[in-house]
Amino acid sequence: MALWKPDPTFYASPREAVKAPPETLAYVAAFDRAAAKPDAIAVLDVDPASDSYGSVVGWTELPNLGDELHHFGWNACSSALCPYAPHPHVERRYLIVPGLRSSRVYILDTKDDPKKPGIVKTVEPEELAARAGYSRPHTVHCGPEGLYLTNLGGADGADGPGGIALLDHTSFEVLGRWEVDRGPQHLAYDAWWHIAHDVLITSEWGTPSMVEDGVVGELLLGRKYGHALHFWDLRKRTHVQTVDLGDEHQMVLELRPAHDPTKLYGFAGVVVSVEDLSASVWLWHRDGDRWAARKVITIPAEPADADDLPPVIKPFGAVPPLVTDIDLSVDDKWLYVSCWGTGELKRYDVSDPFHPVEAGSVRIGGIVRRTPHPAAPDLPLAGGPQMVEVSRDGRRVYVTNSLYGAWDDQFYPDGVGAWMAKLDSTSDGFAFDERFFPHGDDFRGLRPHQTRLQGGDASSDSYCYP
Amino acid sequence: MTEGSLAALVALGAFHGLNPGMGWLFAVARGLQERSRALLLQSLPAIAAGHAASVGAVAVLVSLTRSVTTTRVVAIVGGAVLVGFGLWRLLSQRHFRWVGMRLSLWQLACWSFLMSSVHGAGLMLLPVLTGMPAPGGHDHGLHGGGALSAGIFVTGVHTLAMFAVAGAVAVAVYEFLGLTVLRRAWLNLDQIWALALVAAGTATLLTA
Repeated sequence: MALWKPDPTFYASPREAVKAPPETLAYVAAFDRAAAKPDAIAVLDVDPASDSYGSVVGWTELPNLGDELHHFGWNACSSALCPYAPHPHVERRYLIVPGLRSSRVYILDTKDDPKKPGIVKTVEPEELAARAGYSRPHTVHCGPEGLYLTNLGGADGADGPGGIALLDHTSFEVLGRWEVDRGPQHLAYDAWWHIAHDVLITSEWGTPSMVEDGVVGELLLGRKYGHALHFWDLRKRTHVQTVDLGDEHQMVLELRPAHDPTKLYGFAGVVVSVEDLSASVWLWHRDGDRWAARKVITIPAEPADADDLPPVIKPFGAVPPLVTDIDLSVDDKWLYVSCWGTGELKRYDVSDPFHPVEAGSVRIGGIVRRTPHPAAPDLPLAGGPQMVEVSRDGRRVYVTNSLYGAWDDQFYPDGVGAWMAKLDSTSDGFAFDERFFPHGDDFRGLRPHQTRLQGGDASSDSYCYP
Repeated sequence: MTEGSLAALVALGAFHGLNPGMGWLFAVARGLQERSRALLLQSLPAIAAGHAASVGAVAVLVSLTRSVTTTRVVAIVGGAVLVGFGLWRLLSQRHFRWVGMRLSLWQLACWSFLMSSVHGAGLMLLPVLTGMPAPGGHDHGLHGGGALSAGIFVTGVHTLAMFAVAGAVAVAVYEFLGLTVLRRAWLNLDQIWALALVAAGTATLLTA
C-alpha cells in the first residue's frame, strides 16, 4: 500500500541520512553449514535502552534446507527519491534474501511484526534461470527501476558467466538479465553504482565451481580468480571499461562507492595477493575521460608457525589478512576493513580517499591469534571480523564472523563458531561495546553472515542529491 | 473561453507544476549536482516544453475531433477514457520507470514529455476542452484553424502556469528550503492525481 508521505527512512542526501535516528533492530542472515536445519533470519535487539539488548529476539526459519543465506537487501531505499522516476511513497518493508547455494530468493515482510518477519514470496531457482539465465544470487541493491541482483553463476548447468538479474520491486518477479552487452566480464561478485552519474561498477570473484567447495589452490596460484573492476553505462546497460588490478591480486570483492553523488570514486577490497599473501584496498577514480584504480591500502601477512596453520595455508608459513569485506560510512569519512584471516578490524580515515590514514584497529578471532571478545576474555574465538555494517549515523559498527560455508571449514577447520560484535566509533575512539556479544548457542548452531539494520545502513542506500 | 475555464486551466497548470514528479525536482537535482543555479534554470524550459508537447497533443486532438463531430460524443468518450485511466492510476502499483540522471536538455524535454504523457496530464484538461465553445462556430468563424488555435491557446495558458509554479518551487527549494522539505511536504500526489483524473472524467460525463 502506498503511503501519503514519503517513507521516513528515505533520505534525499547522505548529509541528511547521517541524522537518521539510531536503529533498534538488526537482521542477520544465518545458515546451517550441514544443511540439516533450515537457515534463518535472526533479529537482534540493538537498542541499548532495551532489556534484551544484544540478544536474539526474533528468528524466522526458512522452509527449505541448504539455502546458505549470505547477503540480502531491502525492497526500497533512498534511491526512490531520485528525480527521474520518483516513487517515495513505497515502503521499505521487505527483505530480499537470496540463498547463495540454492539459488532461491525469499521475500520477507518486516512490517507487521518487525521481530518476526514472515515469508511472503519465494522466487524459485527455475524462475531465475529461465528469465535471467543466472544462478547463485548474491548481492541485492534497490534501484529506481527495480531490484538489481548479482549472481555468481549461469543457468542450466552453465558455470558462468555470472551477472545481474533485474527484479520487479513490487511483484518481485524476475524481469530478466540486466546486461545488454556484458563485454569481457565472466566472473561475477558485487555490483553497485554512482547513481547520479549513470555508472555501474562490478567486481569479480569466481564461478560456482571455483568457490562452492572451497578455495581451489591450483586456481589461486594459477591466478584464475577475479582481479578486475568493470565499469558500465547504467542507462544503456553496456560494458564500458575493464580496469585490471593485476592478476596477482586475487578476488576483488566488495564495492563501496562514495555516497556523495557528486563524487566519482570508491573503494574495492582485494582478498589476497599471491605474491606475498598481503591484502589490499583499491581506490577507483576518474583519470581524464577514463576510469583508473590504484592501491591505497596494503595489509601485510603475519608470519606464523606452520604448526598453527590449517592445511590450506600451511606451506606459506604466514597468515594472510584476507580482506573479505569493507564498508564506507555514509559521510564517506571512515572506511572499515575486515581482516578475516588475522582477526582484525581496521578503521581508516579516508577524508582524502587517495591517502587513507589508519585511525584505529581492534583484534578479535583470527586463524592463529584467536583473540577473545572483551566481554568473554576466557573464550578464544574462531573466525574473524567478516561482514561489517555501519549505522547511518556512523557511530555503530557491527561485525559477524562467518565468510562462506566451505571457506570457513578450510581456514578454521576446527570450527568457525558463531559470534557477532558491535563497535562504537567516534572521532576519538574505536572500541568494542562490551554489552553486545551474541555468540555460540545464541545463533542456534547456525553461522551468522550479513547484517542489515532496520531503516537502512551504510551499504543499503544510494542518494541522488548531494 | 469563459473566465471559469481559464481559471481551471491555470489551476491545473499550477497543480502539475507543483508535482515533484513532473520535473521541478529533476531541475533541482541537476542544479545541486553541479552546484549551478544556471543549470537549474536552463532545465526548466526544457521540462515545460516536454509537458507542453504532451498536453498540446491531447488538446489539439480533442479540439480537432470536436470540429468534425459533436461535443457530446467527444465528452462522453473522452470522459469514459479519463475515468478508466484515473482508476487504473489509482489502483495500479506501477510507477514511471526511467534510469539516468545525466541528460541533455533535449533528452530532458523527452523525459518530461513521457512523464506527462504516462500520467495523463493532457487528459486532465478534458472538461475544460469540452466545456469551451465549439470551434468553427458562429462566434469566431475560424473553422479548422480555430480548433488548432484553441488547442494551442489552452496548452499555452496551462503550460505557463505549470512553468511558473514549477520554477518558483524549484528555485525556492534550491535557494532556501533545501531537500529536507521533501520528507515533510511531499504528499502522495500520484494518489491525488489519480483522483483528479477520475473527477475530471466524471465532470466531463456529467456535463456532456
